[in-house]
Amino acid sequence: MQRYFLSKLGQSILLLFGVLLLVFAMVRVTGDPATLMMSRQASPEDMEEFRERMGFNDPLLVQFGRFMSGAIVGDFGNSLHFKTPAMPMVLDRLPATLQLAFTALVFAVVIGVPLGLIGGFNPGSYIDNIARGLALLGQSVPNFWLALIMILYFAVELRWFPSFGRDEWKSVVMPAFVLGLPVMGQIVRMARSSVLEIRGEDYIRTARSKGLERRTIYTKHVFRNVAIPLVSVIGVQFGYMLGGSIYIEAIFAWPGMGQLLEQSIGWRDFPLVQALAVFTAVVVLALNLLTDMTYAFIDPRIRYGK
Amino acid sequence: MSKVLEVNDLVTKFYTLDGVVNAVNGVSFDVEDGETLAIVGESGSGKSVTMMSLLGLIPMPPGKVENGEAIFMERQDLLQMTPAELRDVRGGQIGFVFQDPISTLNPILTIGEQISETLVKHKGMSKNEARDRVIELLTQVGIPDPDLRYKAYPFQFSGGMRQRVVIAIAIACTPKLIIADEPTTALDVTVQAQIVDLFKRLRDALGVAVIWITHDLGVVAGIAERVLVMYGGRPAEIASVKDLYESPKHPYTVGLLGALPRLDSRESKRLVSIKGAPPDLLIPLAHCPFAWRCDYAFDRCWEEIPPLIEVGVGHHVACFYDMEKGGPRNG
Repeated sequence: MQRYFLSKLGQSILLLFGVLLLVFAMVRVTGDPATLMMSRQASPEDMEEFRERMGFNDPLLVQFGRFMSGAIVGDFGNSLHFKTPAMPMVLDRLPATLQLAFTALVFAVVIGVPLGLIGGFNPGSYIDNIARGLALLGQSVPNFWLALIMILYFAVELRWFPSFGRDEWKSVVMPAFVLGLPVMGQIVRMARSSVLEIRGEDYIRTARSKGLERRTIYTKHVFRNVAIPLVSVIGVQFGYMLGGSIYIEAIFAWPGMGQLLEQSIGWRDFPLVQALAVFTAVVVLALNLLTDMTYAFIDPRIRYGK
Repeated sequence: MSKVLEVNDLVTKFYTLDGVVNAVNGVSFDVEDGETLAIVGESGSGKSVTMMSLLGLIPMPPGKVENGEAIFMERQDLLQMTPAELRDVRGGQIGFVFQDPISTLNPILTIGEQISETLVKHKGMSKNEARDRVIELLTQVGIPDPDLRYKAYPFQFSGGMRQRVVIAIAIACTPKLIIADEPTTALDVTVQAQIVDLFKRLRDALGVAVIWITHDLGVVAGIAERVLVMYGGRPAEIASVKDLYESPKHPYTVGLLGALPRLDSRESKRLVSIKGAPPDLLIPLAHCPFAWRCDYAFDRCWEEIPPLIEVGVGHHVACFYDMEKGGPRNG
């Protein structure tokens, strides 16, 4: 167990190093980072002054050393737009993004898991057909389009929910629904197909041959095995929602990390973009680590390193 | 001697998208108290489906038991039982051992848990009470360090050891009958011998009747008292082991016995096989299912389904041809 954890931790650290390298290289791969960050009207003198101030004239290795030593303590320099340190601004936006992603996840899990399980146990039934239809719809409707339609109908027409911002509890409903819908679809399909697969396993026949009650077989033998693939989907999707809710946040003007990222790209605020990219990577890696731990908790084969 | 199980004219079909699979087409046999009956036949001959359909273990749908009765302990018809009654019989009075011990145990539950489940269900024990019994059972099936192994998971066992665990589950509630569905097929030859020995020892110690499903006639001689040979979802021949090996009456049995490789044959020759392929079960049976592959088939074999007739004491055969006489059987 300990060895498993340490190896996963080691992998995450290696990956994080890779992300840092990539983030560092991205700005410099086109040649002169100053031309990327400054406006086109900047005079050559201003450019040179900027380069000197940002340290872009130093050898690459020196720059990388400086970048890394800053990154380790969360220092990515000052935001070019706000002139204040970048990382605290990112952390400032974290609660909003967490709230949105978590609400979306809860919605997706609470609706998706039962629907998928019921569908898997009763394939072809009435509920199964509804579940499959919903899953297909959730996964295939483009959610930026759905977001606009919902704003049009529920905010403008019916005035049930605010169309943008983060004020009262109602604000989170529409963005969370739109963000969670495709995830719900995926959970339904995953849960359904896992149940169908595991129901046909030999060890379920063994459980039946012991004369166990249906309920015991479901809860003890089927659900726990279904949980293994489900946990991985949920873990990956949660990471995706935390880092990938950019256009949902943009459409609903949700003051989270995604919105900040969209804005900072527009402002060519590279220190801020870098801080956001690295921070999101850390969050996703931490989530993956958590997912791996949950795995080990459910599946003894992983726990004992088989 | 009383009968543990008496099956009469069992018919099981599977309604699939390709058509109706006639898996079992009228099978009758019985098993006496403490007796071991081997059911022999090639893949698709209906041996497993016969046993699984008696206990509601085939997937329904597409499977459906259409006819027959299965009297258990001379009292109740298994096929008429409610699901709850059947659950009490399964595991409680009839134990099961399946073919592949790698896939028959749940990978994420300890073996102690998987054995005690059946005790909790049928003997009303608490988990703690069951624990002592499980350790006793593990000792009985020859698993070393049962105290430690109680908490182990299936993947920590070898195939042979897993099969011992499955056997421990089967005998946990001291059943009247154990159905062993090719219990040695997935194991190494040396391990096969150990499992057969273990089975014999437990059978004699517990006085339990066994139905041993196999396609290995070599194993049958060592463990069974009587043999039912199945072909195309029908019984071909039923006889004591001695009668069957000494004077087989059905051409299929003769072919099966002829196909056994012998260790003591001196000249090197090709392995013998029965020509042709097993019957297509999608076609409803209208004549002897073996007629296509039979060297002795004559007109009548293509017109009627041969019934099971008694040709000696406890020796039944479903064939119109009398091999000893060298011509059609009378009547």
